[in-house]
Amino acid sequence: MATALSLSHLGSLMRGVRSVDEVGAEERAASLAKRSIKKSSKLWALDLAIRCIDLTTLEGSDTPGKVAALCAKGIRPKPGDPTIPSVAAICIYPARVADAKLHLRGSSVRVASVATAFPSGQSFTSVKIAEVKEAVAAGADEVDMVIDRGAFLSGDHEKVYEEIVAVKEACGPAHLKVILETGELGTYDSVRRASILAMAAGADFIKTSTGKVQPAATLPVSLVMMEAIRDFVRETGRPVGFKPAGGIRTSKQAIAYLVVLYETLGAEWMTPERFRLGASTLLNDVLMQIDKERTGAYQSGDYFTID
Amino acid sequence: MAIAKRPRTLPTHAPLPSPPPDGGRGRTELAKQTFEYAPAPESIDHVKIDPRYGLFIGGSMVAPHSKKRFPTINPATEQKLSEVVEADEVDVDHAVKAADKAFEGWARLTPSRRARYIFRLSRIIQERARELAVVETMDGGKPIKESRDVDIPLAAAHFFYYAGWADKLEWAFANRKPRPLGVAGQVIPWNFPLLMLAWKIAPALAAGNTVVLKPAETTPLSALRFADICMQAELPPGVVNIVTGGGKTGSLVVTHPAVKKVAFTGSTEVGKLIARSLAGTDKRLTLELGGKAANIVFDDAPLDAAVEGIVNGIYFNQGHVCCAGSRLLVQESIAEPLLEKLKLRLGTLRLGDPLDKNTDIGAINSKAQLEKIEELVESGVEEGAVIYQPECKLPERGYWFPPTLFTNVSQSYRIAREEIFGPVLSVLTFRTPAEAVEKANNTPYGLSAGVWTDKGSRILWMAERMRAGVVWANTFNRFDPTSPFGGYKESGFGREGGRHGLMPYLELV
Repeated sequence: MATALSLSHLGSLMRGVRSVDEVGAEERAASLAKRSIKKSSKLWALDLAIRCIDLTTLEGSDTPGKVAALCAKGIRPKPGDPTIPSVAAICIYPARVADAKLHLRGSSVRVASVATAFPSGQSFTSVKIAEVKEAVAAGADEVDMVIDRGAFLSGDHEKVYEEIVAVKEACGPAHLKVILETGELGTYDSVRRASILAMAAGADFIKTSTGKVQPAATLPVSLVMMEAIRDFVRETGRPVGFKPAGGIRTSKQAIAYLVVLYETLGAEWMTPERFRLGASTLLNDVLMQIDKERTGAYQSGDYFTID
Repeated sequence: MAIAKRPRTLPTHAPLPSPPPDGGRGRTELAKQTFEYAPAPESIDHVKIDPRYGLFIGGSMVAPHSKKRFPTINPATEQKLSEVVEADEVDVDHAVKAADKAFEGWARLTPSRRARYIFRLSRIIQERARELAVVETMDGGKPIKESRDVDIPLAAAHFFYYAGWADKLEWAFANRKPRPLGVAGQVIPWNFPLLMLAWKIAPALAAGNTVVLKPAETTPLSALRFADICMQAELPPGVVNIVTGGGKTGSLVVTHPAVKKVAFTGSTEVGKLIARSLAGTDKRLTLELGGKAANIVFDDAPLDAAVEGIVNGIYFNQGHVCCAGSRLLVQESIAEPLLEKLKLRLGTLRLGDPLDKNTDIGAINSKAQLEKIEELVESGVEEGAVIYQPECKLPERGYWFPPTLFTNVSQSYRIAREEIFGPVLSVLTFRTPAEAVEKANNTPYGLSAGVWTDKGSRILWMAERMRAGVVWANTFNRFDPTSPFGGYKESGFGREGGRHGLMPYLELV
């Protein structure tokens, strides 16, 4: 699918991006959040939520030990219960990729590395490319890059586009998620524009946030991004995945995202290949809710491992 | 910038990565199933519906004079819910006399005390919201999410708003002395039973009038519940009276000589009959009748929001909405992508058990209404319009009609001119704003309209030229008690809601 996209086309592509009605988007998201997901569909959604989690630790204090613990949790979220699936991936800083790779060996869990001067993206393109290459060389299956919001907000869409194209190339076989950091983009119009830009530049996934900026993922922002994906797929035929990240801590929130996904992009997107949840503390709440659905009672927090 | 000159190619993409390998932990049994919302029915155990009801006259439920009764059924199941009275001349006379007797005391009551009663009604509606929502849904067929999130909260808000006016009438109309009229005879429709009751009763009571209200034949139960609320609020006897029945009872209410003010919401056909029957009398009259609203989408509109607005405009409450956006006027240049999105969206609408919290489209209110919709839809097909209905399984029992969309519609088709009052949308196209206005106004009705565009100046330009009581911009079917609502032309006259809504209930001296 080698469609030529000249930079003058990029300009018209950006100008041609439809506006988003803020009130309408928020109303629609709020109405979807009221869906009542019960019993069998709740269990299904919770199971999917685990399979879609990018279990994340992005702290300055991350050590090989911390990463090892997280990997163990990701592979086997509930020891002794084989019906609980593994998470989709472990998401870490580039310097911890090798540790994660080691501890995930033989499992289905993938290694996702943030990159490109995460979280600000304020560095030299050459440095960002080098970082991506090193992360992939160390074994990253997936790369979560941040866009250059400075360039985007100053109107330099070309720079953002170029950088994503270059990072995609540097990724090689690794799977590219592009973080828009919607909390810094200011309007839903910008979110939509950045979504189209990232997808046109080759993103395999678009992702809401780094988790380091407030607000991080919200339901309306996710709706706007999913609508952009829907339009992009209609135009190009290429499916792009979606990853909300930051602030998703409860099962209830996770289910709300799945409902918006289901009713916007459809059942085909309800798979870890096309949907991820970036989260650090969500997993235990999901496990707790699954137990609640199965047994009818909440279990003590002490039955769930803290890693 | 050197790089800017070089044409780029879109990078080629590796296929999406294959799913994680199955073996060992990882894939669960659930992963093989597809997602479907499990039933989530609202509980009805807490709602007791009596097998038969009397009439609410003079502050209590009384045995009727009339021996005639008729069943009220649940349109989603065709099961009988209860039996109500078809009030006769004697019953209506009792009710009007009770209201007339109560008028003096109510009108002379200290306004702040009157306000207190109305606030109390609002509060009890809030407290009993769940019960009222369930009754509304069972009796009328509307989805519980709508009765729960729209009908009942708005009804409470209406009483709350007008309670505030009760002791400020002197300030509502500068240099005029407001006086109540007397007994108001009110006849309401079946599409928003409790909400329409609130629209009628709240301003009447705030202005110091007393009321005889007749709910619609097919949806009397929430009004009878409201009778119970009046008793709970210890409203003085006779201030509110509720008589059930059909068209005959309604005509007895509006023509009763002691009724000083008539308010009717319903079909244009009946509205005309009422206007005729009241000609030459000194009764005041307001009518809120039918509509054939245009929802106008310009090529710069936020399309996804517009699609939601169109869906909300015509499929909300199965299209049983007088201000429904039943004609979609879309600028020709974006008709194709808009319709594609719209059709996709129709596929996600969930039709079924109105009591299920995830239901978007409930049951058609009555068999008669279903037949009317079917007849008009047939005429659309015959006249040459192209019909689209998403794949949609209709329940075996009950009255149902799938969300329907007609393209290739001409202004001259019946489906573009007559009010269908069902989930049926007629799509027409236009080329210029002037043409949009012309087509939008080319109807005997004039209740509402919608404009979708990113351009603020165009919204104002359109709103100035549209012959419609309400023009919504980038939204649809939005209601607030502070905002007056009413029609142009054959959509009626008089305004309900806001300060304007007090006027029909006051003599301004």
